This record gives sequence, structure tokens and C-alpha cells, in this order.
Amino acid sequence: MRATARVVAEANGRGGTRLTVLRGESPLLLRRTGPDGGAGLTVHLVGGAAGPLRGDDLSLRIEVDPAARLDIRSVAASLALPGPPGRPASRLRIEARVAAGATLRWLPEPLIAAAGCDHRAVTVVEAEAGATVVWRDDLVCGRHGEPCGQVRTDVLVRYAGATLYRHELAVGADAPGWSGPAVLGSSGTGGAYGSVLLAGPPVTATAAPAGPAASPAHGTAVIMDLAGPGRLATAVGADIRAVRAALDPLCERLGEPPEPQRDQAMATA
Amino acid sequence: MSLTTLLVLADGRLPAGGHAHSGGLEAAVSSGRVRGMADLDGFLQGRLATAGVVTASFAAAACADPQRWRDLDAGLDARTPSPALRKASRAQGRALMRAGRILWPVPALDRPAAQRIAPHHPVVLGAVAHGAGLVPRDAAVAAAYGTLTGPATAGVRLLGLDPFGAHALLAGLAGACDRIADEAAARAGDPVDTLPAAGAPLLDIGAEQHATWEVRLFAS
Repeated sequence: MRATARVVAEANGRGGTRLTVLRGESPLLLRRTGPDGGAGLTVHLVGGAAGPLRGDDLSLRIEVDPAARLDIRSVAASLALPGPPGRPASRLRIEARVAAGATLRWLPEPLIAAAGCDHRAVTVVEAEAGATVVWRDDLVCGRHGEPCGQVRTDVLVRYAGATLYRHELAVGADAPGWSGPAVLGSSGTGGAYGSVLLAGPPVTATAAPAGPAASPAHGTAVIMDLAGPGRLATAVGADIRAVRAALDPLCERLGEPPEPQRDQAMATA
Repeated sequence: MSLTTLLVLADGRLPAGGHAHSGGLEAAVSSGRVRGMADLDGFLQGRLATAGVVTASFAAAACADPQRWRDLDAGLDARTPSPALRKASRAQGRALMRAGRILWPVPALDRPAAQRIAPHHPVVLGAVAHGAGLVPRDAAVAAAYGTLTGPATAGVRLLGLDPFGAHALLAGLAGACDRIADEAAARAGDPVDTLPAAGAPLLDIGAEQHATWEVRLFAS
């Protein structure tokens, strides 16, 4: 199955955001959700079919114009599945462009690597100086009690014309040592990994302190200052609950418009 | 190339500070993730497939064209989210730069900017290998192997593991190091953004936790 989707958000001239393009096709369907009238808009990815399955080739393009604010979420976890034998790996390519003064928050539900899947996810984010990006990705290594399929993720985030973050992660039988103590730990089956990247000026001004985060039960997490203008929080756990416990509170706080009370809350969190 | 020159560069006894680093093993031992030889095996495999591949690729690229050192250095910054690991890599780069420039001419690192910044270790390794008359594959194999020897010997010191067994793990990974070096050499001229970027989340997390300890045997 081949599918493309595109969303373009721009400022509406009254301090809010409007969508000028919202287009998708199964299984990449986009729905505008949430209330009107706020500073930002929310769009949900709604699964239009099972998958991704082997052979699928999916592409999502996100553009956020100056001063617009867009959140993208998904209604459910995506489940990478084996699909017909002999097909090439399923592919999902996400390209995002975030203009100066704009905010994009990508906060989807996890990707689950079902046994036998072969999935490749490529993300390219290009953010102008003065943009704010919150980019979350969670991965669950297999459904309950089954071995983890093969997933390779490949992320490139550029900010103000320079590469801010470049990261690949491979799990599954073809990735040596992936479930060992250097990569994701021995909790292989059902284990989970999550990261949230925070790029842009509000991040350095208001984020939670860097360093080892309060480690959730059955997991471990850290918040790191990148070499460039951004932070990365990473969590590894025996299950997705541990990852959520570490990352969800950060995502609620980050990328919101600055408010004195909120800043206070973050300083004491 | 000279095989002996490669041995000089890759020798753990080269006074370039490598003995001070456990490649993340000390943190993995402390957290209970590495307890015995089988865990060390899994640790080394994962480290080679992630940090080893990235290190080999950047060493090969720097050896192929040492003038790219600034771009390659920025590429490693983008691939190293952990400040503790960036610091450890630059410390090892500085130590190798000091040793390497005494052993061989390394014009790319003579610049004041290189002296001031102290590029990441894989970049220095590649530039020094170039100065020593080695080729990108040599630099890559020294780099890939070098990501393993630190944690393997640290396992012996931290856990009292059988040193023969720990070295047997290294011998068993020789073929993987060779394949990684072949691939790194083949891609040495690729744009920086497309070079490998395999991450190891637990190495990042462990390094950040390790950096907060007051007492530790290894610098990283």
C-alpha cells in the first residue's frame, strides 16, 4: 500500500492557527481535532487500515509556517506487522519543516514492533532559527510474550541550518546486541524505548534540569543537553509504562507558550 | 600501508589515555546490567554495532580527507546526545592528538582551531592515521577494535572475569570488526549527515549517571 499525507499550518493573523492543507489517504488519515480559537491546533493521525505491513510505503509531510502552532498526535499505537512474505520492508518517511516563530509538537502513540515485522522509519525535520520543535518517538519491542520484529529508525533534525541531532536505532534479530546491556537491556521482549527531543529557544529557557531523571519503576531515564540548541530525554524500560512515566510529564510541559506559573512549576518539578 | 604502523596506532599501550575509559562498562556493571561473561559478550556486541560502527565510519572519513575534520566533528556532536560522552570523546581526542602529532606529521591538526577545540576521538584517530600513512580501512579497523578493548579489559578489572575469556570475546568479534571497517572505508566520502548514526540508549543513560558519581575507577 502506498500512501501520502500532508498538513500545512499557518498563522491566521489573529494570534491563532489555521490549516491550509490537510490531506491524507488510507492508512495515513489526518483529522483535525480539539477546540477552535486557541493559539494552536491539533491534528490526529487516525489509522485507516492495519499496519504498516511489509510492502507499505508511507509518506507524511508536515509544514508549519511562521508563528503557527501545531500538535500532531495519533489515536492509537501503530503496529508494524509482517504482511505478505517476500515483500520489502514497510517504510514510513516523515518530513517536517518548521518556520521561525512556529511550534510543532509531534506526540504520537508508540510504534509496536510485532514479531516478524520489518519496518523502517525515516524522519527528517528542518527547523529555522527561532522555531520550537518537540519530537517524541516511543518504540515497544514486540507484543506481550512474542519476540520483537525488526525495526530501524533513522532521525535527522536540523536547526538553524546545522544538524542538531542524528540518531539511528535498530532492534530485532538482525541488530547485534540490541537487547543486550549496551543498547536496550536484557528485557528484549516487551521492552520499550522512548525519546523526546526539544529544540529551540523555550527549551533552554524553561526545561527541566538536565541530568539523570527520576528513574521510573522498571526503567531508567536521562535528560541531556545537546551540543546545539536543544535537549533530549531518553528512557528505557521493561515496558512502555516505565517510558511513559519518564517522558509524559516532560511532554506536557515543553513547547507550551511561556507563562510565569508554568515556569515556576517546571523549576520545582 | 605498514602493518606495523597500524599496530602502533591500535596498541592499547600507546600513551593516549585509552586505559582510563571503560567504554560505558563501569556504569553497566554498577547498574547490574553486566554481571558475568555472557553479559559482557552482549555488551560488546551492542557497543560494536552502535558506537563501533559510528566511530569506524568517522575515523575512515577523517583518514580519507583530514581537511573535513570540522564537519565530521560537528557530525559526531549531533550523534552524541550525552554531554558526558562528548566530554570523554574530546578528552580522548586531545590525548591522542598529543601523542599522534609527536609520532607522525598531522598537518590537519596543526591548526590553532584544532588545538583549541580538540576534535572528537574518531576524527583525531582518522587524521593521525592519515598522517601515519595509513588508509581509511586501517583507521576504521583500529577504531572499531578500539571501542571493544576498553570495556573488555575493564570487565576483567571490575568483575574479576577470566582475562582469557574476555579476550576470547574480542577474538570472536574480529570478523565483525573487519566487516564494519570494510563498510566504513567504502562510505568514507559520504556526506556527514548520511554517515552511520547508530545510537545506544543505555550507553547514553549510563554515561550521564556515571558522570555524577564522586568515586569511580574509570573516566567514562
